[in-house]
Amino acid sequence: MSEVASNHYLEGLLKTYSQHSSDVTPWLSQMRNEAVDRVGELKIPTKRDEEWRFTDISSLTDIPFQTAQTIPQLQPADIKHHYIQEAATRLVFVDGHYASALSTINNDSGIIAGNLSMLLPSYSAKIAPHLGQHVSYGDNIFAALNTAFLHDGVVIIVPQNISVSSPIQLLFIATQKEVTSHPRCLIIAEPGSNVTVVEDYIAGQEVAYVTNAVTEISVADNAHVNHIRLQRDSNQAFHIANCTATLAHASNFQSINVALGARISRLNLNVQLASEGAECAVNGLALIKKRQLADTHTFIDHIKPHGTSRQLHKCIVDGAAHAVFNGKIMVQPNAQQTDSSQTSRNLLLTGQAQVNTKPQLEIFADDVKCAHGATVGQLDPEEIFYLKSRGLSEQAARNLLTYAFGAEIIERIPVISLKNQLEQAVLEYTQSTES
Amino acid sequence: MITNNSKPLLEVQGLHASVNGVAILKGIDLTINYGEIHAIMGINGSGKSTLAKILAGHSAYQVTAGNVIFDGKDLLALAPEERARSGVFLAFQYPIEIPGVANNQFLRLAYNTVQTQRGKDELDPLEFDDYVREKMKLLEMNPDFLDRSVNEGFSGGEKKRNEILQMALLEPRLNILDETDSGLDIDALRIVANGVNQLTNKDNATILVTHYQRLLNYIVPDYVHVMNSGRIIKTGGKELALELETRGYDWIGAEENIPEGAAL
Ligand SMILES: Nc1ncnc2c1ncn2[C@@H]1O[C@H](COP(=O)(O)OP(=O)(O)OP(=O)(O)O)[C@@H](O)[C@H]1O
Ligand SMILES: [Mg+2]
Repeated sequence: MSEVASNHYLEGLLKTYSQHSSDVTPWLSQMRNEAVDRVGELKIPTKRDEEWRFTDISSLTDIPFQTAQTIPQLQPADIKHHYIQEAATRLVFVDGHYASALSTINNDSGIIAGNLSMLLPSYSAKIAPHLGQHVSYGDNIFAALNTAFLHDGVVIIVPQNISVSSPIQLLFIATQKEVTSHPRCLIIAEPGSNVTVVEDYIAGQEVAYVTNAVTEISVADNAHVNHIRLQRDSNQAFHIANCTATLAHASNFQSINVALGARISRLNLNVQLASEGAECAVNGLALIKKRQLADTHTFIDHIKPHGTSRQLHKCIVDGAAHAVFNGKIMVQPNAQQTDSSQTSRNLLLTGQAQVNTKPQLEIFADDVKCAHGATVGQLDPEEIFYLKSRGLSEQAARNLLTYAFGAEIIERIPVISLKNQLEQAVLEYTQSTES
Repeated sequence: MITNNSKPLLEVQGLHASVNGVAILKGIDLTINYGEIHAIMGINGSGKSTLAKILAGHSAYQVTAGNVIFDGKDLLALAPEERARSGVFLAFQYPIEIPGVANNQFLRLAYNTVQTQRGKDELDPLEFDDYVREKMKLLEMNPDFLDRSVNEGFSGGEKKRNEILQMALLEPRLNILDETDSGLDIDALRIVANGVNQLTNKDNATILVTHYQRLLNYIVPDYVHVMNSGRIIKTGGKELALELETRGYDWIGAEENIPEGAAL
């Protein structure tokens, strides 16, 4: 893609920016202005950028995706089927805008949850140390764009020693074509707290749009956060996400990332084990077909000693789809007694399906336990024969094995209705591949 | 059991087969009637498992000549799943592990597929659970095996029991047990053999591939066949197995090789 096109696109996007900026907290408007300046200096990446080698997003700039000018009035009945029944708190955003009428906030457990503009006046002191502090945009044009457009977003604060028993659902619905939304989430788990958050991206219509999300998660000392990220955007959409979790002393972060939708998706997930004894599990599943591309870049950074990380990333690739996994694990010089393992497993269902997987370990400490590995394969013909010899059709056998491959990740989701929903989605996926 | 009026269930006629162009089966003739139990013995690599897998429809083997008639139909024209649904069952010598597929889910899927084929009702998960637990009792199997992935991490003997459990569930007409006895401890051998004996009757037939006479003490064969380099070189009654146990296989070749007329 040419530089001209890129800049034209960005200019177009920023035009909508000026219409919004008024009445804000000074620190926030300063943050935004800096981001706007940075956007002016950066370009949309091309395949020449090492970080984007396999993912060509040049088609993103073919259409000047603006932020939504009008927001449709959705009724609860329109979106109810997307509700996770266990969730007591649900925040709904439509085309990037907070929909208070569709949202339910239950504070019984003691949590503070809501949209940024509502909570900012009262909780500025709690928000300021975190917002924009975990995801640093640097050269990352998409994170910078998101920050430039940071007017509203999700804020969840789980106060010290509070355990929230029911999951919190963050539902982002895209309903309009050729619109860009910049979802922003901030999750602050204070010391000793425990929370499960489901970040859920859904298509209201099978049209082309852009989701450019940023999520920041702070897991304080001894806190425990389950974060489930579900990308089921339209198969014509672009989904770009930057997510960073910062883990404090003896904290625990369990992350599950499922990518089902989007024409092109890219997730940058960054987990910082910033203090001693932090623990994380990072699970990923990309289930794609036709001409979809799902790119997951993860970076697990062991900064301090006695950290533990477990990563399992799986891709199931059908049709002429393309999965990319780039998983870097860094063990800093100080991070002795790190225990880390990383596995990338990939299933290619057709001859045209493609995967590029690159697990990387960079170890600068000597007393560590680290293992990593990657496999790419097809369904095992001996397994298929075994199932057929018991009466299952070729297709039923293939479906069962494909399902089993994905189920290993889905079974780790600690929200039962969501788990069932996704198991169903995988079944439908495997069945739709029937020729 | 041999009965005079029974009709053939399986007829293998002049079967030749190869894998990657290498001939493995070189003319097998074998007829099995309803109600009969046939043991197939023979040295390692003689083609016993190849025969078993060809009957089950494994695609790695090319049939180059011959016919297989199953219950009057051309078995070789059927896909593996069609063979299974019409009653062919192979208990594998090396049952494969299938990580991620729960054993109970797999067993129920297989059971319901075969039931549907027979025009019978499917069982829902709860009904099936009761049903499979009954069958497991027959084999003195721990119900914990239902919740594990198919054969994953099962010991050699546990895998073999899981195979016979599938046979008990699917109620096939032709049971092909490929070295089901190897890997079983002495008690397990007795239990599994008892299970098999309860499942064999005048409406089905069984092929037992084995290296050991011991199994045949429990499951008494009507015929014993000896295979060597892709052919059946000798057929006898159950006493042939005893003779093999004491004399080994060498003498058969020698006996067969005696030029015609020399013995006169
Ligand atoms: N897929 C294959 N590729 C190459 N050779 C094969 C294949 N399958 C079987 N063979 C060969 O065919 C011959 C017969 O093998 P088979 O497994 O049928 O023997 P068997 O009689 O069952 O032996 P055992 O008693 O050891 O189980 C062997 O020499 C084996 O190596
Ligand atoms: Mg064998």
